[in-house]
Amino acid sequence: MNLRRDVFQAIADPTRRAILMLLASQAMTAGAVASNFDTARPTVSKHLQILTECELIKQDQQGREIYYHLNVGKMKEIADFIEPFRKLWDDRFNKLEQVMKSYKPKT
Amino acid sequence: MKTKIMAEDGKQEIFITREFDLPLSLLFKAYTDAEIVEQWMGNKVLKMECKPHGGYQFETKDKQGNVLFRANGVIHEFLPEKRITRTFEMENTSFPVQLEYLTFEQLSAETSKLTIHIVYKSVTDRDNMLKLPFAQGINMAHNRLQEIVSKLK
Repeated sequence: MNLRRDVFQAIADPTRRAILMLLASQAMTAGAVASNFDTARPTVSKHLQILTECELIKQDQQGREIYYHLNVGKMKEIADFIEPFRKLWDDRFNKLEQVMKSYKPKT
Repeated sequence: MKTKIMAEDGKQEIFITREFDLPLSLLFKAYTDAEIVEQWMGNKVLKMECKPHGGYQFETKDKQGNVLFRANGVIHEFLPEKRITRTFEMENTSFPVQLEYLTFEQLSAETSKLTIHIVYKSVTDRDNMLKLPFAQGINMAHNRLQEIVSKLK
């Protein structure tokens, strides 16, 4: 299984992204998460399961309740993943801009 | 962030967009004048034929003359100050050829926008390409070249 690909598939889904946003503010139970959506409870559970498998969120047992919270490290890893690629182009384009600003047409 | 990358998951394409503080004519020139391309890309331009069915080739060598990077492509469509459609292929790598649609737009008299739509052979090829700067590759060659260039100044 290509874990990395799965992570990107996980965040490609708008509901899962919304769940991540919710959990960014506080740890929540599955029920609390589900109450924020119109979709059926099992659907939300499935989303939570996928996010957990990708390690984007973590489960935390507190008494009889299971709380879900954001795995900040993993989230950061994803944000950073495309950044070097973006940076490479940004540097290149900055250079282009700089070169052209001092460009004098040959006469 | 001036340069934006849009890469939806599960798709074999990406969009790179950038707005420049340059008139459209200068932005387009930066892409078509071999001497200028060399300055900002940091590669040697071996060939640059800006016309339909024309070709281009870039190369980067280290101080010892070893080829670090070489890429080429064919230009399919060339509409001055509007659009360039071309292929891009890195030589001596396992990356398949990719298709690039470059769209040049004027935003104002002094600003312009470039959109590069790149289509890859597969989703995996795209993801690998996105990871490439992560895994050195071009980046290393790029840095090494910048080092060489800065010493020449």
